[in-house]
Amino acid sequence: MNEFHPSRLRERAVRARWVLAVAFLVLVGAFFRTQILQVDRYRLRAENNRLRQVPLQPARGTVFDRNERVIAETVPGFSVALLASSTDSLRQILKRFRSVVPLDSADVEAVVDRYLQARYQPALVLGNATRAQVAMLEEHRAILPGLVIQSEPRRVYPRGTAVAHLVGYVNEVSQAELEGGRYAGARLGSVVGRAGLEQEYDDSLRGAPGMRYIEVDARGRLVREQGAAPPLPSVPGHALHTTIDLDLQLYVDSIWPKGQAGALIAMTPKGEIRALYSTPAYDPNSFIGGISRAELRRLTTDPTLPLLNRALQVRYPPGSPFKLATAAMALKRGLVDLHTHMPQGCGGGMQFGNRYFRCWKKTGHGSLDLLGAVAQSCDVYFYQLGLRIQLANILSDGVTMGFQERTHVDLVNEAAPIWPATTEYYDRRYGPRGWSNSVVLNLSIGQGENTQTLVNMVRFYAALAGDGKAPTPYVVRPDTVQSFDLGLNASQLDGLRRSLIAVVEHGTAARSRLQEFAVAGKTGTAQNADKDRDHGWFIAFAPAEKPEIVVGAIFEFGGHGSEVAPYVVRSIRRYLLGPDSTGGDRPRRITLPGDPTGAPVERSDSAGPAPAPPVPLLPETR
Amino acid sequence: MPRSLGLDRPLLTVVAGLVLFGLVVLYSAGQTDVPNFAARGAWERQLVWLGIGAVVAAVAFRFSPRLLEWASLPVYVTALFLLALTLVIGRGAGTAASSKSWIYIGGHAIGQPAEFAKLAVALMLARHLSGLREAPETLRELIPACLIAGVPALLVLAQPDLGSALVFAGILFAMLFWAGVHPMLLLLLASPIASLLLAFNWVTWVGWMALLMVGLIAWRPYFWEGVAVFAANSAMGFIALPIWRKLEPYQQNRLLTFLNPEVDPQRAGYHAIQSKVAIGSGGWFGNGYLEGPQKRLAFLPEQHTDFIFAVLGEELGFAGVVAALVLFFILFVVLVRIARRATDPYSSLMVFGVLGLLFTHVFENVGMTVNVMPITGIPLPFFSYGGSFLLITATCLGLALRAAWDARLGGYGDI
Repeated sequence: MNEFHPSRLRERAVRARWVLAVAFLVLVGAFFRTQILQVDRYRLRAENNRLRQVPLQPARGTVFDRNERVIAETVPGFSVALLASSTDSLRQILKRFRSVVPLDSADVEAVVDRYLQARYQPALVLGNATRAQVAMLEEHRAILPGLVIQSEPRRVYPRGTAVAHLVGYVNEVSQAELEGGRYAGARLGSVVGRAGLEQEYDDSLRGAPGMRYIEVDARGRLVREQGAAPPLPSVPGHALHTTIDLDLQLYVDSIWPKGQAGALIAMTPKGEIRALYSTPAYDPNSFIGGISRAELRRLTTDPTLPLLNRALQVRYPPGSPFKLATAAMALKRGLVDLHTHMPQGCGGGMQFGNRYFRCWKKTGHGSLDLLGAVAQSCDVYFYQLGLRIQLANILSDGVTMGFQERTHVDLVNEAAPIWPATTEYYDRRYGPRGWSNSVVLNLSIGQGENTQTLVNMVRFYAALAGDGKAPTPYVVRPDTVQSFDLGLNASQLDGLRRSLIAVVEHGTAARSRLQEFAVAGKTGTAQNADKDRDHGWFIAFAPAEKPEIVVGAIFEFGGHGSEVAPYVVRSIRRYLLGPDSTGGDRPRRITLPGDPTGAPVERSDSAGPAPAPPVPLLPETR
Repeated sequence: MPRSLGLDRPLLTVVAGLVLFGLVVLYSAGQTDVPNFAARGAWERQLVWLGIGAVVAAVAFRFSPRLLEWASLPVYVTALFLLALTLVIGRGAGTAASSKSWIYIGGHAIGQPAEFAKLAVALMLARHLSGLREAPETLRELIPACLIAGVPALLVLAQPDLGSALVFAGILFAMLFWAGVHPMLLLLLASPIASLLLAFNWVTWVGWMALLMVGLIAWRPYFWEGVAVFAANSAMGFIALPIWRKLEPYQQNRLLTFLNPEVDPQRAGYHAIQSKVAIGSGGWFGNGYLEGPQKRLAFLPEQHTDFIFAVLGEELGFAGVVAALVLFFILFVVLVRIARRATDPYSSLMVFGVLGLLFTHVFENVGMTVNVMPITGIPLPFFSYGGSFLLITATCLGLALRAAWDARLGGYGDI
């Protein structure tokens, strides 16, 4: 057979070798492409295959008060998580887990949810495990495959509820928030600030999460916990140095009447907040490592709204403290001076149009000048003053004095006050003929279409206490402190301060006078449209001659201005004189039946200039 | 004269190299962080099989080509019978758990008749082709050869085992080529398969048919053959879809994921992807012997059998891959030389058939690990763990050694 002649075979052998060579070159080429050209891609995939990322949470920055006392700090804690290959196996492991550390079924569902959000990361089970739990779990590690226990920084608020509304709280960021990009740099499992300083300064407090790697097999089972790949350390957050005086904050908490909802803000005339207190409050520690459902339900359904920061999230009718704004407008416009009397003396009220507008004091104050009207909080005087300024001017002056804008204090969720900028507001609300000029009467005594936050009112008084500039309040000192001028000259400011001194010296807050120094302040009892009970206000500053601190407080549905005053005054004394001055004393509770502002029934038409400090003190009346 | 008893030293050397290399990699395949009992002791069991294989090769070496030529038909018939029997009583096992490919006797897996049938087909084709006076020049003359390979291929396909069916095609084409069939004729023979594959896209298929027309006109086979080829191509185009629908879903998936493994990365594409990831992460010199993380953590499927080459790629890198491929290439070149120098057409064809068998296995198995070939479960000679195939390989090499030994004394020799 001629095909097997050696020469033919030789020919075919050459061909066969060519075919073989080409075939092997194809294979070598394919391996070259995969192993050399695409090596990075496949190395990465190989790493992704076997390495699971475990986020290392950074230590959150410590929050200090102005004396380096700790408001919030970070201590070592433990977190417990589970790595699973499927939902079913996770549930099985959780079943065994529950026999070691009890979990309720809702907790189990939460773990499964977290697992579904990031299958390749350990799903957090206990964010804040105790040492005992950790020890128990370690003992049962054999039946709990995929158990990842790691030490994790834990937030602690040593002062709990006393600082709750100031500092806020932290908890785990949600999937939706991550997608919404609200917390830049946060990753799944990151702990972020939820309220107060924690939220406002979250970016600087949070730090950057690190990552460590654990090795798993093809079925997602944990093979190696340590040394699978070098970890990426977390970067701790920055410390936050605040202007808060923790001693004052705690003092306010200690003297605050039990069960009284309300808030208190202490700030310097330059806007540095020394204390910011709101009650009822929550314990920010209870949110750490995931708040229990029962606790959260209690907080969110509590009728006293403990999650609400009354210092800046709630608007109240400002009432009498606003009379200083009315007075400031009139002075600024040159309509009156401190000794101007109104045409109509106070006889317990005045007729305007077809309505009779009452003064809080039924028996009337008689004829007062501006100083006396502030001291006695005479409504009739201010009705007339408001009419003299005129509605449009009151509205525009209110805007320039900051009653329509937030203060932009460096705390989240400040509510914007309500203040009509022009009369259009009334046209829209009541119809063009649905209202009359009588609205000016209500506005001029701090009622009507005017609600303010405590922080905004305190800021106004800070301007009165200082140089007439209303500062943007702050808890953490900004590079430049913003402020705007009320437009009052020195003598006008001086006059307003004297009228406020008169309030405490012999006016509506006379019972709260102090021996040591003069306090200037203004009581208020604001009627509330919705409820029967009034809100009590007192805003004061001291020492009156050279104010260092402005303190404002509100008792929600609970009081009359003069009842609030002692707490404010005691806070001022504590701040100015230190702990020794207030040792064991208790607030003097004053109740005066039949008097809505609790004002002493003392007529003060002696309109002379207020006594200059040091104040000659009247004997205390009981 | 010592001359290794007259045994072909290059062949022995390269085979020894491959066997050693294979054992080394197989040992590594068993070293995992995750318990893998099938792979762990595989290298020890493979040693036992190698011992048996050596005996089998020695026995095969004793067969003279004449005895073999005589025995070809009975062996072939036996193989067909066993394949048919497998379809009736066969069971799945190991890497092919879902197909009927194993024969069990008394509860023990005896072997995979498909492996045996491959050798039988090589012998039978050698006998048939060496008996021809002239090399086949028409498609008609190729029919008997096609039947010899086609019947067992169909039986194997019915198991179903696509990989082994491919091996029969490999053997057939290799031996036809060695018998002197014109390459163009082989292309025409293969054309219906190309038509079948291209029929899934209307445009490519029309293109193919046009190309085929040009080819037929240029080469000018006999008229009716030309018509037959064209008709076969057309028919393939039309039956492609019905055949596709008849395929098992896992087969469909394998073909689909061959085109794009990312279609179904968790399931059908999983093997293709994990194998490529393991190999790709090896780089120039690999992750180090025994150190491949993909292997250690069980990401590699079937790492001691079908995908053992991926272990090699991961741990020894491109350098290791090239070394293994060079060894295989040398083996095939040596086999070509033995076939060329064989004393008679039967021996020559048989050796070349053995070459076709081994080459198809190597190309298909190595190719699938880097997605050059679709994934089929056929073993890699010398590397994959497995008794049946190892014994067949040993027999093949015993026969090749014999052919070389015979040629030492005479034969066509070098000119």
